Formats: sequence, C-alpha cells, structure tokens
Amino acid sequence: MRRNQVAVVGAAETTELGIIPTMSQIQLHADAALNAIADAGLKLSDIDGFATAVETPQQICHYLGITPTWVDGTSVGGCSFMLHVRHAAAAIEAGLCKTVLITHAESGKSMIGKQPRSIAPDSLQGQFEAPFGVYGPPSMFPIPVLRYMKTYGITHEQLAMVAVVQREWAAKNPRAMMKDPITVDDVLNSRMIAYPFRLLQCCLVTDGGGALILTSADRAKDFPQKPVYILGTGESVETPMVSQMETFNSSRAFKVAGPLAFKEAGISHADVDHLMIYDAFAHLPLFGLGDLGFMPHAETGPFIAAGHTRPGGKLPLNTNGGGLSYMHSGMYGMYALQESVRQMRGIAPAQVPGAKISVCHGVGGMFAASGTIIFTNER
Amino acid sequence: MAEAKRARPKPTPETQHFWDGTKAGELRLQRCDACAHVYFPPRPFCPSCASRKVSVFKASGKGTLYSYVINHRPAAPGFTPPYAIAVVALEEGPRLMSNITGCPQTPEALELDMALEVTFEALDEQITLPLFRPAKG
Repeated sequence: MRRNQVAVVGAAETTELGIIPTMSQIQLHADAALNAIADAGLKLSDIDGFATAVETPQQICHYLGITPTWVDGTSVGGCSFMLHVRHAAAAIEAGLCKTVLITHAESGKSMIGKQPRSIAPDSLQGQFEAPFGVYGPPSMFPIPVLRYMKTYGITHEQLAMVAVVQREWAAKNPRAMMKDPITVDDVLNSRMIAYPFRLLQCCLVTDGGGALILTSADRAKDFPQKPVYILGTGESVETPMVSQMETFNSSRAFKVAGPLAFKEAGISHADVDHLMIYDAFAHLPLFGLGDLGFMPHAETGPFIAAGHTRPGGKLPLNTNGGGLSYMHSGMYGMYALQESVRQMRGIAPAQVPGAKISVCHGVGGMFAASGTIIFTNER
Repeated sequence: MAEAKRARPKPTPETQHFWDGTKAGELRLQRCDACAHVYFPPRPFCPSCASRKVSVFKASGKGTLYSYVINHRPAAPGFTPPYAIAVVALEEGPRLMSNITGCPQTPEALELDMALEVTFEALDEQITLPLFRPAKG
C-alpha cells in the first residue's frame, strides 16, 4: 500500500468509559460513532464504508441508519480494528468507498446486550484445550510466559514493572480507570490469578467503545481536525489455540504484521516517537518490543525496568495507561488506535512533545492474530 | 443440582481416531506419508505439505513440560484451584495442552523441561482424557 494516501479525520471514544450500566453494546457503538462523526464534522449520510467486529456490520449499520457500499466484518479479536484500518485504507485507495466508519464497543463489564463468549465442544479448542481447565483469557494468555522467562532470563520484577510504568502514564490521563501509583511490591503482592501473573498484571474489565473515520489524504485537509496519515500497515493470524503457537519465545503473528508495517512505512525503529503495544497482560509489551524488532527479546524486560518506556523515557509506550490501567472492554485495539491518533494530533493528555510517528500494534485472541498501524502527522 | 462438570470434548469425524485412542490407552498422532511431518491436532491432511496421504500412529507418550500456568481464579467448572494448565512438548515434536497429575501444583514441583509421561483419565464411558505425570525413573 502506498504511504500517506489515507488519513484518519475523525476519532472518538464513547462519552463515558468504565462502568456504563445505562447503555447496551450496540448503543455504545452508536455513542462512539456519533462522537466520531461530530469530531469529523460529518453527517451519518456521508459514510459509505463501514467496518466493525463481534457485532456484524449489518447490525450496526441498521442501528445507525447507514447504507454502505463497502463493509468489513473482520473479527479476529482485539486487533480487528487495526485490520479494519488497513483494509479501509486499501478500499479507499481502490475507489470502493470514500469515507469509512470503524466502530468498536463492548459492554464487557455490565454485559448488556452482549452475547457471552463460548467454546463449542466440537471445535478444536473445545476438544483440545477446554477440557484442561482453561477458563477465559487469564488462564490462557499467560501460558507462554514461564517459557519466555526461562529462554530470555526475564524476571518477575521486570514483568511487574510493566504494570508500574503503565500506571504512571494512566495517572496523567483523567479518563483512565486506575490512576493511583503502584510499586513492584504492590504488583507482586496482588492477588494471584494464574501463576506467574497476579491481578495487577491482568487487564481491566470495563465498558466502552471507540470509532474512527478515514478518508483519502487529499480530502483530509478540508476536515476540521488535523489529519493523521496512515504510513504503514501489517496484519497476520497464527492459531486460535495458544497451545499450538509455533513457539512461546515469540509471536509469529507479531513477527509478520510488525515488520510488514515498518517496511511499508519505510522507517527505522529510531524514527518511532510513540509506541502502543496492546497489553492485555504484562508480557505483551515484551513480546511486542522483541517481535517488532526494537531490541532482542532478552533486552525487553531490562529496558522496561530501566524506565525507558515511562513518562520522560526515550520510548514512550502505552501512554494512555494501556489495557492494564486505562480501560479494557474486551477488545482493546480501538483504544490503542485512539491514543495514537490523539498523540499525532498533539492533544493527548500525556502528550509526547513533538511526536511525528506513532506505531500502534495490536493482538487478537491469545496471540491468535495481529495488526500493526504506523501513523504520522506529516505528509 | 448436579455438580458443574469439566468441559467435555465432542469428537468430529476428523478427530475420532484420537479419542478412540485415548479410550484404548493410546496417545495417537498423525504422520504425513509424503514428507514425514508429525502433527497435532488431528486432520486428514498434512498441514506442512498438503498431502492427503497421512497415517495414524501410537506416540510414545513421553514428553517434557514446555510451559504452564497455575490457575487460581476464575476456576473452570469441574476444577479445584489452584491447578496447572500445561503445554507438553511430545517426543515426536507436536505440543498439546494437558494437566499434570501426581505432583503438587506448585512452581517448585513443576519445573520447565521436566520429563513427563502420558496417563489416561476416563471422563465418562465415551471420553478419556490424556493427562501427564512426572516420568518414572
């Protein structure tokens, strides 16, 4: 895909984030969509392309009253929205549509109008994982961690620092769920969830949503907000079964999607001013730093422990506080994208001064899928 | 009210041989007749070279502990926490998820790369699960 041909011209989260007992899941989609439409200075009738995940495009298009000529229902977990951005950029470039709305919302905490996730007993997961006591992401996503720690010499303290540093960022974000400072000891003494991970190393469970609006870069200059251009993109999938990953020392989906985006963007790691790595659990930023090629995996734990990703550090990472402290409705990728867009617009609560390039990397399922979007505010 | 039970696998035509195997006390894998690739989970073609000529064989049942979590909460129905959810690297190459029996469910007792051997636990008359225990000797 060519660089900087498509831009984000509208971006917004739901009016409230956190616990929202007053809205069903589709209304959260609509709330985010209406906020993004207003942000872009558009009408719903201007939207001719639509993408969403979990909920179907027909469900949300009907609810909003949109008649699209291009739809994408790619639903590969929390990074689905990175894939939507990539697909939307290609569709706009190909002339299939002009103005794309991407929505995410999840009543993850209040569970209003949300179908519970279930594993069919005759699926491969139902036959070869569920009988062994996996029960939700906390029992599955950390399964690779002990192997990763042994291979690279990563310590429990380093993995605790991920949560500590992200709480520092969250403290600068008024909309973050958890803002009180925490220490490594706090993390290592928090309630055990699934050894080696404790409560403060697991993502929050909240309600909320977000929406993005994309159009061609040529049109973008006529919109009220500063355009944020799509510089590079990548995507891949590996397996829905964490037990069947090629290795626990790396994510194959990360290693495909990340470098693809860097190559397309034509940038080096030293060019990156701001970084988001979807942190459903504390090991994700380490896998991301390693698999995206920022540094060898063995250096990721020491790098975070040394404070290089904290406020004022040389590689600002997860500046909204991440899934660990900002919010996590179940599919956090949309919120990572929102923070990258805020940083590129220069309006983030914890703004990285002068940031020009933001890398936003998402995971879907338990390393099942991945999407990477590289944004810039310079064309 | 009946006690909540462990999730019960429901075999499909492609996986029936595996579950017939565990019921007969065998851990069955598949090998490609064309490229010799050994793979899991079951399917009637080779995921490496796409050949449909594949054979089912009895695995040694020996493996090592690749990684695990010790799940505390929330516990799955039919499980008493804390319990380990492990991934076992089989001698023949594939890995599979299982539980480790016959040893404490603690980080001290569960050492990565420790030798394991398969053991079978009947869930009901139709389904037997492959579990693993520390290898003897």
